[in-house]
Amino acid sequence: MAILSIRKLTKSFGGLTAVANLNMELKKGELVGLIGPNGAGKTTVFNLLTGIYQPSSGSIILEANGEKKELQGQKPYNICKAGIARTFQNIRLFDDLTVLDNVRIAMHQNINYGLISGLFHLPSYKREEKRILEECMELLRITKLDSKADELAKNLPYGEQRHLEIARALAAKPIILLLDEPAAGMNPAETVQLTELIQWIRKKFDLTILLIEHDMSLVMKICERIYVLDYGLLIAEGTPEEIKSNERVIKAYLGEDVSNAGD
Amino acid sequence: MKNLTQKLAPWRKWLFIIITFVLVQLLVQVGIINDYLQATIATICINIILAVSLNLITGFTGQFSLGHAGFMSIGAYVCGLTLLRMPTIWGYLASIVMGALLAAVVGFVVGLPTLRLRGDYLAIATLGMSEIIRIIFINLEITNGAAGLSGIPRFTNWVFLYIFTVGTVLLISNFLKSTHGRACISIREDEIAAEAMGINSTRYKVTAFTIGSLCAGIAGVLYAAYFYYLNPNTFGFLKSIDVLVIVVLGGMGSLSGSVLAAILLAIISTILQDFSDLRMIIYALLLVIIMIFRPQGLMGSKEISMKVFRNLGGLWPARKGEK
Ligand SMILES: Nc1ncnc2c1ncn2[C@@H]1O[C@H](COP(=O)(O)OP(=O)(O)O)[C@@H](O)[C@H]1O
Ligand SMILES: [Mg+2]
Repeated sequence: MAILSIRKLTKSFGGLTAVANLNMELKKGELVGLIGPNGAGKTTVFNLLTGIYQPSSGSIILEANGEKKELQGQKPYNICKAGIARTFQNIRLFDDLTVLDNVRIAMHQNINYGLISGLFHLPSYKREEKRILEECMELLRITKLDSKADELAKNLPYGEQRHLEIARALAAKPIILLLDEPAAGMNPAETVQLTELIQWIRKKFDLTILLIEHDMSLVMKICERIYVLDYGLLIAEGTPEEIKSNERVIKAYLGEDVSNAGD
Repeated sequence: MKNLTQKLAPWRKWLFIIITFVLVQLLVQVGIINDYLQATIATICINIILAVSLNLITGFTGQFSLGHAGFMSIGAYVCGLTLLRMPTIWGYLASIVMGALLAAVVGFVVGLPTLRLRGDYLAIATLGMSEIIRIIFINLEITNGAAGLSGIPRFTNWVFLYIFTVGTVLLISNFLKSTHGRACISIREDEIAAEAMGINSTRYKVTAFTIGSLCAGIAGVLYAAYFYYLNPNTFGFLKSIDVLVIVVLGGMGSLSGSVLAAILLAIISTILQDFSDLRMIIYALLLVIIMIFRPQGLMGSKEISMKVFRNLGGLWPARKGEK
């Protein structure tokens, strides 16, 4: 059963079509990769899925808990509420806040007390805050950040900031998690740790994951299926084995290698 | 032992609040705090309410407002008009409620359309709004035009000033420690990330702005029932800037900074009274100098906590078990 169906999704910026007529499907519990050369339109797909950009046309349908929801045209906070959370390629943490507060803020949708209770710190405030503090610390333990709960996010080393992005996204209690190049800038050892973390949270929180990643060894190792974008077009789809031997994919990546060599 | 000190902390806070109240009340009663000093204290309290509430909007939620004096004037005129017709304590209490609510409603109506847009539209809208309000007060007959209202009976006293000042600071500080307050702060930090994490940014910007406007309305009521006299030009653009100066000087995103700056600026103004013409120049110069040495404001975004008092306690020998 498809939990997320993307139909004929298109996004144009002026004359540039960043995503063209994209069809994609995620089944419940899958870990799917989205790859392609720089500028292929991968991040744009995430921005469309999370409501940061409005699609030029096409539809995004989330089917969870026996309910069908059309997500195109929805506000980002409603999409988050519906169950999609993400990390950002160009890390967007709340820099001047503590690690703990970064995670706590994303719990917002899961907190049950009103404005008045918050203003006067009534019992429901205290009960809920205690509960979410425990939940947040648990997420920080999972991402190995619990000892840094009181540090400012901006003071974390790069790799830990990427972990914090994941912890923050998990705090929103998603059913689908979108990871945008989570291993970017990590050394091989850190990438191995990250790989284990992704596989672990996937089981623990029963997640469906869509992963954008440039590190091919990571993608090939953990993804069950892969979609390949090039210039906004879907050029291939299949298992890691199929993708590895796909001519169009090899060509697209070769093209990138050539242009990179010229940089 | 650490647990015990944590449990003591809120208790110390209330002790500090009560001692300050009783101390000032006693000093007023024995006449050490004279009329002139009392007026300074009233100004400080009103400025604290204004600065702390503007800090909620600008320092914590990151939305620039240039019309805080406009909301203050709504409260002030509600109070003046009510007390001139109904010079009783009930009239006073009613004007606190009405002044606060009317300011909040106007804040909501101005905030809702402008805060939906990203960018500093709020600054322009609030600037325009406070000018419109001022011009309305100048042209209405009931508000006695540019001459203003005079002979407003004085009901604001130290008790009311203190309750509302401490109440505003405590409630806004509580708010900021709640999920709603954290939502506001996350908007300042990164609006796109905040929305992606489930925060309806328009809703919380409007919430912060409405709470801030409500507090400014209360400050206006306290003002009107203390200083006898109202004039539309008291609440012009410069008054809004005065409040902004307190916020920036104290530190954007620091409540204790706002409190500290409100007190400090009042003290500086009082001392400068004797310099007559040079006053404004020295005042401005001092601000420039402070901002050169502390561009982030006195407190940055940090708060004074009860730890400061505990550290002061370090002057005495540490008690057994502590530390
Ligand atoms: N907001 C935007 N305005 C204009 N062009 C954009 C915008 N966002 C992305 N693009 C363009 O869309 C294309 C795809 O970008 P992106 O999705 O970031 O690629 P990828 O993540 O695959 O590297 C690029 O050419 C990029 O310049
Ligand atoms: Mg990208």
